[in-house]
Formats: sequence, structure tokens, C-alpha cells
Amino acid sequence: MMKVSKYVLYDILRSKIVLAYTLFLLIVSLSMFNMEENSSKAMLSLLNIVLIVLPLVSLVFTTIHYYNSYEFIELMSSQPMSRTRIIISEFAGVSVSLLSAFLVGVGLPILLYAPDETGFALLLTGMALTVVFVAIAFFASVRSRDKARGIGAALLLWFYFTLIFDGLILLMIFNLSDYPLEKITLPLISLNPIDVGRIFVTLKMDISALMGVTSALYKDFFTSSTGLLFTIGIMLLWTVLPLWLAIRRFNKKDL
Amino acid sequence: MHRLALILLLFLSANGFSRNIIVGKNQPVSSIRKAIEIAKDFDSITVLPGVYKEGALQLTKSLTIIGQNYPILDGENKYEILLISGQNITVTGLAFRNSGYSALNDYASIKLVDASKVTIAANKITNAYFAIHVSNTSYATIKNNNITGTPTSEQLTGNGIHLWKSRYALIENNTIQGHRDGIYFEFVTNSTIRNNHSEKNIRYGLHFMFSNDDAYLNNTFKDNGAGVAVMYSKKVKMENNHFDQNWGPSAYGILLKDISDSYISHNTFYKNTVGIHMEGTSRMTIERNKFKENGWAIKVQASCENNSFQRNNFTGNSFDVGTNGSLSLNEFSNNYWDKYEGYDINRDGVGDVPYHPVSMYSMIIEQNPNALMLLRSFTVQLLDKAEKAIPSLTPENLVDKKPMMKSLKL
Repeated sequence: MMKVSKYVLYDILRSKIVLAYTLFLLIVSLSMFNMEENSSKAMLSLLNIVLIVLPLVSLVFTTIHYYNSYEFIELMSSQPMSRTRIIISEFAGVSVSLLSAFLVGVGLPILLYAPDETGFALLLTGMALTVVFVAIAFFASVRSRDKARGIGAALLLWFYFTLIFDGLILLMIFNLSDYPLEKITLPLISLNPIDVGRIFVTLKMDISALMGVTSALYKDFFTSSTGLLFTIGIMLLWTVLPLWLAIRRFNKKDL
Repeated sequence: MHRLALILLLFLSANGFSRNIIVGKNQPVSSIRKAIEIAKDFDSITVLPGVYKEGALQLTKSLTIIGQNYPILDGENKYEILLISGQNITVTGLAFRNSGYSALNDYASIKLVDASKVTIAANKITNAYFAIHVSNTSYATIKNNNITGTPTSEQLTGNGIHLWKSRYALIENNTIQGHRDGIYFEFVTNSTIRNNHSEKNIRYGLHFMFSNDDAYLNNTFKDNGAGVAVMYSKKVKMENNHFDQNWGPSAYGILLKDISDSYISHNTFYKNTVGIHMEGTSRMTIERNKFKENGWAIKVQASCENNSFQRNNFTGNSFDVGTNGSLSLNEFSNNYWDKYEGYDINRDGVGDVPYHPVSMYSMIIEQNPNALMLLRSFTVQLLDKAEKAIPSLTPENLVDKKPMMKSLKL
């Protein structure tokens, strides 16, 4: 399995897209830290990158990679090796390459310019979101044989998680404002990994504003260590669940 | 030996000089009560170290009481320890502890009633209901005291330094924590509060009511339940204070309610949920303050008018200005806003495009606080950008027409 992952990794590195992605992240992060007067504003822009660009790149790159290495996967399937192992090693290869791109591109600048609580929260969120969206992309691309359809599905998922979901939440908050919404917002938020990550970072970044929330539940929950455990738990769930669904689908699939 | 000392004392008193009475366990005078009884005006009493449980003491003569190495006056959780009602009195270097609690009376460790020219300096007060309670007194000086309360609930805890109907008071260099309000002013005029440190109080670090012509300078108010409140007052000067980390749904750096003609300058507001909250406030000048990393730097309710905000620095705040209506009768000019995205073609340091400090999202939160959990969401940012292009919800005349390009040196 390690061997297959290694080949996947070599393959990805040879295509130089990940290298370009690393450079892009590095240049953007460095220029943000150098251009802005205070590092908190740079962190804000980086948060946007982590919440918007990172999921998009993870989704699209993984989908394209899956379809491009379809023949390799077929070849592997003809070997005495279980399909579960093939998918997991593919997943591991892609995740490791994107994670290292993120750690070099964003992690290094953060360690250099803003090695504080907010910085580490941002790093953790970025890493988690990369892995989560790689898993989601595998789930989306395993379902269809057509490349265009697979990429379309990935883009649609990105739209849903970054824009539509929050729009729906906003709509709900407004239409149901007469009801006590505090109790259901937390489970609702965990339906979107981007929102979980966003709240985890903003609790470090905008703690003063979020302390204005009247709901004591929300406050206690996220400021204690339960918040960290909850975030990690939800992110893990969001990785394992799509991956498991992808594997199940792939195992039954007629290649 | 004792007899000799007594003779010496009598001789001194007969001589017309002010004399010094020493109170201590092995001294001829072993209780403070006795010392006050035998003392005449302008005498001084030196209290040697020890624990004195003498119930409620009353002081009406013009005396100076000096404690050596903080002798302890214990109120045994029953008594009001020292009641001062006279003039030219100084109390310094004593440690007060365990004054009584009463639901009917405002028991205090040191209470000043109908007094004048009283100095309370360098005392330590612990576990008091009210620590220092001053009423109908002029020229009271309260300085260098260290006051630590035992916070329970708002009803069971009194104020640290409480002034009612007083004039010309000076509150200086005190450290107050764990009380209901750190410093409380009601009907107090022409007084100054400076260099105090008020933190971790249950309600307000400083509470002003109906107190005109006062100034508070160089104080630090940190981590209080609700920050600082200045209400129903006029002509109050607030300068060089630090308002730090006042967090909570109704916590403010300063809460201004029905106050007018006052001056707020050179203060630092750091990490408060709301830096300044204004309600029914008029003719205020707010200039050269630093607003850093607050939830809301300023919340101006629509009931405020003719206030001017000039040359302030707004950096790293989640929201710069919040308001609850579409009308704004206040003036913003020459402030530095780190969220400003305009340009400066003629290079005079002033941006050419006006800055609207109220974002659409802050209006949404004002109507529906639950929406705060979407803070920094991409959707919300898009809505904000759309609103910037075509304003519909945000008040159009709440605008800084001359935003600074670079942060001001304050």
C-alpha cells in the first residue's frame, strides 16, 4: 500500500501542478504579511484563502487526478490487491501532496510572521479542510465515469459548501427568528466542514465580538477544550464518511 | 515605666503641641477606641502591628491615625469598622478586614459621612461589603489603597470606593478588584479619578451617575463584568484610560447613556466586546483614541446627536461602527480605518473616497443577533460588498468623508 501511495505521490509531483500551487500559496501569504500594516489583517485574508481557495483546489485537483489516473487504477485492480487499498493509497498520496503544499505555502509564512493561537488554529483548519475535501472529491468522482460530470459535481459541491449553505442558514435565521435557534445552530453548523473551521478560527480571531453572543451554550462550548475536540471530531467524521462511501461505491463498481 | 510614659504624655498635651498616642498590646493605651477617646484635635495615633477587634469605631475629632506595618482592624463580619464624621482627618497604613454585611445598611470598612478634608491613604481592605463609602463629604482624598473584595453576587457585594453627594474628591492610585462596582459616583461634582486600577469587578469598573464636571484620567479598567458606565452626567473628561478585555453580551469599554458635553480622548480600547456604546448622548467630542481588536469599536444608537469623532485609530476591530437606525446626526472625520480601501491621488494623506464604517452585516446582527455565527463567512462578505456598491440598508450619512490613509500617531 505504501508503495502505491509512493507512486501516486511521484506521479503528482512530476505534473508540477502541486508545485505551482505551493508557489502560489507561498507568494500570496508572504505578500499579505508584507503588505498589510498589522498581521491580524493578513490573517484575515489568509482565512479567506483557507476557507475558499483551499477547498476549491482540493476538490478540483483530486477530481482531475482521479480521472487522469483512471488507467493506473484499472491496472492496479488487475493485480492481487483489494480495491479498498487502492482507493486508500490514492487518497493518501493526494492528501500528502496537497498537505505538504499547504504546509510550505501557508504554514511557513504563519510560523515566520504570526506564530500565535490564531495562526495555529488557521493551520489546523487548513489541514483539516484539505483532507476533508480530498475525501469528498473522491466520493464525487467515484460516482460517475464521465470526467466533465465529475468536475461539475465537484464545483457544485464547492458552491454548496462555501456559498449556498451559509445563505440557507441566514435565510433560516431570519425566517425562524421567533424560535429559540441556539440549540439547533450547533448541529446545523457541523453539517458544513467549512463553517466548523471558520468558527474555530474566528473564536480565536474575533473572540471579543463573539463574546457578545447571548447564548451561553455556544460560548462555553467553543471556548473550552470541548470546542477543539468537537472540531477535530467533526472534521474526522467528514473525512471518514465520504471516503467510506467512496470505497463502498468503488468496490461494487464495474470498472 | 508606664507611669513615666503617662506623665510624659500629659506633659506633652499640656504643652499645647499635638501629641502622638501609641496604641499596641504592651502599650499604656491598648485599644484604638481608648486612644480616640483620650485624643484631642490635631493629635496623632500610631497603631502598632496586631489584630484589633473593636467593633464599630467612630471618629469625629481631627486626628491622624497611622498604622505601622499594617495593623489589622477586624470587623468580625458584623461591624462597620470605622465611621468618620469630621474634618481634617487622616487614616493611613491600616489593614481592614471582614467588615459586616447588612441588607438594610450599607456597611463599609471605612465610612465617611458629613466630613470634609479627609485623607484615606495606603490602606489595605479585604473582604468588605462596601470598602470605602463616602457620603455628603467634600475634599476627600482616597489614594494608594489596595482593595480586594470577595465577589459573590451583585446583591451581596458592595462597591469598592463609593461616593454619594460629594464634592472636590480625589481618587488616586488605588487598586480595586472583586467588588460590585470598582468606583461608584452618584451626585459627585468637581472630582478627579486618576491612576487607578480597577479589574475583575462583578458589574462596572467605574460607575458614574448624575455626576457633573468630573475627570477620570490614566486609569485602567480591565476584565470587569460590564466595563465602565457613565450615565446622566454632563461635562465629564475621560482621558488616557485603558479599557481592556471587557467581554460579554452587555459588556462595554464605556457605556454612555444620557450624557452630554463631555470629552473622551487619548484612551485605548483593547479587546472589548463593544468599545464605546452610546445611547441618548449629545455634544460629545471623541478624539485621538485607539480602538484595537474590539468586537464593535463604537455602537452609536440613533438617539445620539451632534457627537464628533475625530482622529481616532480603528485597527483590527471585527466591526468598526454599529447602529440601530437609518438616521445619523453625528460627524466622523479624519479617522484612520484599517478596512478603508480607497485611494489618495493628490497625496495629501486623506482618502479621496468617503468611508462608510457601518457594514450591512452589522445591521443584520443588530436586528438578529443569532446571525453572528456567520461572521467572516464568504456569503456575508459578498453581501457586504454588494451593499457597499449599492447602499440600501446602511445609513447613508454615517460616513467619514476624510478618512486618513495611514494610521495616526497617538
